[in-house]
Amino acid sequence: MGLSRGTTLLLPFLAIMVVFFVLPLCIAVGYSFMAPDPMGGIKHEFSLAGYQRFLYSPDLQGNLHIDTRYLEIIFKSTVLAIFATGLCVLIGFPMAWFMATRPEKQRDFWMILVTIPFWTNLLIRTYAWILILRDTGLVNSMLQEAGLIDEPIKLLYTPFAVGLGLVYSYLPFMILPIYSSLERMDWRQVEAARDLYATRLQTLRHVVLPACIPGILGGVVLVFIPTVGSFLAADMLGGGKQMMLGNLIENQFGMGRNWPFGAAISVILIAGVMIGLMVIARRGQGLKEVVG
Amino acid sequence: MSVSANKNMPGFGLITWMGIAFLYVPIIAVVVFSFNAGRLITVWEGFSLDWYAKAFQNPDLQRAALNSMIVAVTATAIGTVVALAAALALHGSGVPRPLKNTSYALMALPLLVPEIVIAVTTMAFLSALNLRLGLGNVLIAHIVFCIPFAYAPIRARIATIPKSMTEAAKDLYADDWQTFRHVTLPLLAPGIFSGALLAFITSLDDFIITLMVAPPGATTLPVEIYNKVKRGITPEINAAASMLLAVSIFIVLLSYVINRKKAD
Repeated sequence: MGLSRGTTLLLPFLAIMVVFFVLPLCIAVGYSFMAPDPMGGIKHEFSLAGYQRFLYSPDLQGNLHIDTRYLEIIFKSTVLAIFATGLCVLIGFPMAWFMATRPEKQRDFWMILVTIPFWTNLLIRTYAWILILRDTGLVNSMLQEAGLIDEPIKLLYTPFAVGLGLVYSYLPFMILPIYSSLERMDWRQVEAARDLYATRLQTLRHVVLPACIPGILGGVVLVFIPTVGSFLAADMLGGGKQMMLGNLIENQFGMGRNWPFGAAISVILIAGVMIGLMVIARRGQGLKEVVG
Repeated sequence: MSVSANKNMPGFGLITWMGIAFLYVPIIAVVVFSFNAGRLITVWEGFSLDWYAKAFQNPDLQRAALNSMIVAVTATAIGTVVALAAALALHGSGVPRPLKNTSYALMALPLLVPEIVIAVTTMAFLSALNLRLGLGNVLIAHIVFCIPFAYAPIRARIATIPKSMTEAAKDLYADDWQTFRHVTLPLLAPGIFSGALLAFITSLDDFIITLMVAPPGATTLPVEIYNKVKRGITPEINAAASMLLAVSIFIVLLSYVINRKKAD
């Protein structure tokens, strides 16, 4: 075969990604249009049962009834992901600003401080909040010690705990891209704006914000995608009561569950993410910021 | 007004310090309680290394730690070599444009598709093939997501190598292999090393994909810790978790030092 050397070098990568990444995604799309096998797995026949499950659930006689439980989970996890992403912007932007305005020598130090949690084990970081939030945890024992409360406040296994876990997990993913666009910004523009009697807020609004839109969009992508499909935060801090999309998908792939439904949710999730990415890519250079 | 005062926003410093505290307090709490003498996890009863000894003697944790190491080392080695080959190919001119664009998309996709989806699709795929390779199943899944992480620093580095370097080697009658071995590879070394570290840490940290694809007996340390947490929190978990944290932090710092050297 007349393959160039370059193409030959690329082959192992292409082979691995196509076989072990693209093909599984295609199979999942296929599964979403098949009938569930009651023993788990799928039956090889065309069916829309997987997608019907979003709105209807069958009773013992096989009649379909409207059932919005799953739509509620999808809606709730989208709202929670938007909320967590928004909070990450509100905390991450001032942090990125502060870091980017430090003297150059100090910036490295701040970068390391934010990078370490970025690369630190997510499971352990989520687990840590159990130690802090549970009834006998740090917060409750401190409050009791101080005599502020008699009975422990229920913090763990609440929507609050899940939201907190999400913001905590993905905050560094927001800080880093905003920081990198602020660091590249021409700060003389800020001086110029201030010289022309712009207030701090006006400078922020008209000079700094436009310059770091790509960073913010990049951060939003990096935070929103893992939060909307997150499994650990809801599983460990929500105690199974606060299901999110990721937990719902994971659930459907257990033994004796509904694989086609699980595949259908995955398809919808990917479609949603891709549509969102296209909107963002069209709006700015946010994607370039993320994937180079 | 001084020049730098224009850049300061009131309150931003405070938010930053609180944000850093928010990021670190939970991590520090795990480590502190791993040294706690008492069984009560959130009441301090004195310093002790007992839980580390217990964690080291726990056969489940031992096996999981070994599995984690095997998978991370192998996935890093394979992933880095594949990423290096791809980076060289994509940097050169021998690859047709459409294939290049497809490759870029394939590099970005594993980072853009939610992890839970990768986890269940890989699991469904492996079970459709009826592939039962034990740890091999985990390894396959890890190689896929290690590649993009290894690729990014290599690509960044490759862009900085001036064409004149390889051309000079060729002028001096070095063949392609010799040029690669003696010119390109040494210049790329820091990028390859930091790519490998990122791949390693990503493999070591992975939870959800491993949870879905690992057959019994092939669980890694994060999955084993998760299983233990589900059965009840013990101080041993804190000890195992702290050790995993120490490895991650060490690798981040190592990667930082290498990048520093590269810049100097």
